[in-house]
Amino acid sequence: MTVSTGKDDPALPGVPVAKRLSVSRIGQLTWMAVLAFLLAAPFVGVYPIFLMNALCFAIFACAFNLLLGYTGLLSFGHAAFMGSGAYATGWLVRSAGWSPEMGVLAGTLAAGAIGLVVGLIAIRRQGIYFAMITLAMAQMIYFICLQAPFTGGEDGLQGVPRGVLFGVLPLADDLAMYFVVLAVFVAVFLGIVRIVHSPYGQVLKAIRENEPRAISLGYDVDRYKLLAFVLSTSLSGLAGSLKTLVLGFATLSDVHWSLSGEVVLMSLLGGMGTFAGPAVGAATIIGLQNYLADRVGSWVTVIIGATFVFCVLLFRRGIVGELLAWLRRNRAA
Amino acid sequence: MNEIFGIPIQAFLGQLLLGLVNGSFYAMLSLGLAVIFGLLGIVNFAHGALYMIGAYVAWLSLEKLGLNYWWALLLAPLAVGALGVFIERTMLRRLYKLDPLYGLLLTFGLALVFEGLFRDQFGVSGQQYPVPELLRGATNLGFMILPNYRAWVVVASLSVCLGTWFLIEKTRLGATLRAGTENPRLVQAFGINVPLMVTLTYAGGAALAALAGVLAAPVIQITPLMGSNLIIVVFAVVVIGGMGSILGSIITGIALGMVEGLTKVFYPEASNIVVFVIMAIVLVIRPTGLFGKEM
Amino acid sequence: MKVTMKIKQSAAACALAFGVAMGGAGPAQAQYSGDVIRIGIITDMSSVYADIDGPAGVEAIRMAIADMGGNINSKKIEVLFADHQNRADVAASKAREWFDQQGLDMLIGGTNSGTALAMANVAAEKKKPFLVVGAATSALTSEQCSPYTVHWAYDTVALAKGTGNAVVKAGGKSWYFLTADYAFGAALQADTTAVVKSAGGNVVGSVKHPLSASDFSSFMLQAQGSKAQILGLANAGGDTINAIKAANEFGVTKTMKLAGLLVFINDIHSLGLPTTQGMYLTDSWYWNRDAEARAWSRKFFEKLKRMPSSLQAADYSATRQYLTAVKAVGTDDANKVLAQMKKTKINDVFAKGGYIRADGRMVHDMYLMQVKSQDQSKEPWDYYNVVETFKGETAWATKAESKCAAWK
Repeated sequence: MTVSTGKDDPALPGVPVAKRLSVSRIGQLTWMAVLAFLLAAPFVGVYPIFLMNALCFAIFACAFNLLLGYTGLLSFGHAAFMGSGAYATGWLVRSAGWSPEMGVLAGTLAAGAIGLVVGLIAIRRQGIYFAMITLAMAQMIYFICLQAPFTGGEDGLQGVPRGVLFGVLPLADDLAMYFVVLAVFVAVFLGIVRIVHSPYGQVLKAIRENEPRAISLGYDVDRYKLLAFVLSTSLSGLAGSLKTLVLGFATLSDVHWSLSGEVVLMSLLGGMGTFAGPAVGAATIIGLQNYLADRVGSWVTVIIGATFVFCVLLFRRGIVGELLAWLRRNRAA
Repeated sequence: MNEIFGIPIQAFLGQLLLGLVNGSFYAMLSLGLAVIFGLLGIVNFAHGALYMIGAYVAWLSLEKLGLNYWWALLLAPLAVGALGVFIERTMLRRLYKLDPLYGLLLTFGLALVFEGLFRDQFGVSGQQYPVPELLRGATNLGFMILPNYRAWVVVASLSVCLGTWFLIEKTRLGATLRAGTENPRLVQAFGINVPLMVTLTYAGGAALAALAGVLAAPVIQITPLMGSNLIIVVFAVVVIGGMGSILGSIITGIALGMVEGLTKVFYPEASNIVVFVIMAIVLVIRPTGLFGKEM
Repeated sequence: MKVTMKIKQSAAACALAFGVAMGGAGPAQAQYSGDVIRIGIITDMSSVYADIDGPAGVEAIRMAIADMGGNINSKKIEVLFADHQNRADVAASKAREWFDQQGLDMLIGGTNSGTALAMANVAAEKKKPFLVVGAATSALTSEQCSPYTVHWAYDTVALAKGTGNAVVKAGGKSWYFLTADYAFGAALQADTTAVVKSAGGNVVGSVKHPLSASDFSSFMLQAQGSKAQILGLANAGGDTINAIKAANEFGVTKTMKLAGLLVFINDIHSLGLPTTQGMYLTDSWYWNRDAEARAWSRKFFEKLKRMPSSLQAADYSATRQYLTAVKAVGTDDANKVLAQMKKTKINDVFAKGGYIRADGRMVHDMYLMQVKSQDQSKEPWDYYNVVETFKGETAWATKAESKCAAWK
């Protein structure tokens, strides 16, 4: 299986030229290589459904990282937003007959709206409390999804058609769907880069570094945080909506707390606070799960848990973080 | 008047009493969380897993060693406390200088590891633990039949909770602990071994979780997932109570158990989420929690 | 000129000979895709439903393959298995990957309705047979039926019909339901209520409990207050187990009889007879049903040190019937094998006189059992008395009830 190689390998060919090029230039080259790979992937035998699934999770992880890596807020309930997006899109497209683009848009907005409500409550506390509150609120959303009639409970919301995008592009074809997902991923990724580099993103980073100082500089910190939260939850919803279209269903595992934990792990493993990290982490974890599913059985949980422990104790910068640090050291030398 | 809100008063009292039983589990677990958070500044996500391990130690010591319930009450906290010492010494210790979020992530990972290991070892159908001989049977209270064991759970856990509260708030040892929370460096300067104190506190919190696990073993199915089902609710309880306060976490735990019990009568569909709804309301009105201090 | 003619002739002859050879070999090669018969099972191998199907289910499939001799027409039979971790996305992507890349010929779906529905869509799209064993939802043969889905063991309708009818007939007229608060529980309660009412019983009330509720004491108190004769447990797995425990503890079993709507023998084994005796339940199979079942179960026991659940027997049966059909038609072509399966009566250790209906339901007998008391039980795993057998069609959804378009 070409599972986790997609994202991290192309970083290595850039290494020998490290001394001649700036780190950001290497980053750009790497991204071009990755993009070229992703464009070519379905034609060289990489399984498109797997790629789409990984890309959806990459969007999810990038959205999550906007909050954790650039605002310093650890949400432990992000699955709830991905899941709300997934369910909203699934129901609208299947039962209300909406077009895929409207369904995805509505899913994104629904997740953002729920994010707004949860955010209003959660940003009243910081740090560890924020994490616990988001977890508890997400658990509440989980139970609502479990009991609500339109989600299909344990059976999930099944048989969502992919439909025809903008009335011209039939998405039933895996290739068409793949390029749509890829385009959305690239757009989200660039969007997040843009947000982080904007003056707004600078304020977010200031809040992350030192919240009291940001307050004393006159920033309405809560409003900035809330906006970041809503942005992040909307994009998580977008990831969920796309995933529903790709796979044709939304189920309870999309809102379960273990997925909230996984997205934290994706960010952590890939490198929080880096642009590429969460995507790398998502590809690695999804690849790992897929690879392990028919090999180790119940050990998947143990391996995921042990990866967590390992990352926290010894690998806090994550894959991309370590690579960047290594490149910088090399350049300095 | 023999009805309250359309519910016969007897059923009402019965449900309140059952709520008290559940509340005492919440109280014991949130107490342990509060103690650990107070001194280590770490939210122990592995608390549910430790509770589960406590129940499994009880079951194993009965199955493999033939040790009865009363031995398990002693053995499980010791064993899990030792595990706590190991976790604190080898892992948590490295994280104190970092953002407390890392502690949460580490213990989350540990919880997954424990859960997975037990799942692999014992399957998921779950194990049965018999009610100890002495506490079998039930007492007819007139308004309901109360199994003796449930009565014991309330008595035992309330004694443990109050004992812990007394130890921390009223004794010299407790005073040192509290001082350590406020200013570890100063306490260290007084010649007290703060790292040891921290280790023992984590072990103590873990032991409390294990004790709750043993108490729960005869009334529920012992499964590797029993802890994770409970821990999120306990988190909400702790947020409602405010983490700084020992007595607060006990009172909140019991009160929420009762509220949840009553919800099961009036609107059972919501009994899962009532604690979370209360949490949201409390946060809107009083962000620091009912008993919390501004920090 | 002559020479070229000759060459042309011989070329033509060659081509002809080659064509004949190809023609002869062609079908032979197309008969078995990839020259191997590949069976896959995707089920819960590690979580809440791992005991009733899981790794032991895979073993049952292996037993079926071994009983077929390990190969058909000297084509090897292979089995793939995967753990879906109760996640529909994992199940569907694994199924897709197997069909696309591993040349999977037939998929067996294990426990959990959500994953089964997701895999059914994939199998329908890939036009490959999908034999569902462990999922409860009747939607697989109703709203979401497909020509490629065959539902083998049981479904919610059959469970409701079985338990509901028989318990009322046995004198359990008034019912109170303890229902898991999600689609599955609601469907089970609704189906059973309809059956109970039409059999002349009545439902005096119900209480919904959350999924994975750790504490059932409060619900027991409410059930006790209802003064009904029967407490119907419209839930599954750990919830059923915890409910039964609480019912004993609070003395509910002294005044009411329990009727488990979805209980497996592994649940009884885990709870023990003292806690469960006298309880009614419906299942699709019981290892101690007849001599043939016993003999097979002993073989299973030797390998796995426990008796098979109905699902594990169904895994065996589904694999066996599929392979028999493959052998009969001499190909693993999906449509031909399915056509063969649908016109053959099923007689094996699991089903007697079973057949596959147009909606994909494998119609076979279902059984109402009552759990034995400790002193009635003569050996380990000897847990049930078969109280009643529901013959063929009477156990399942009728044509009028079905929403399957292909069966109208």
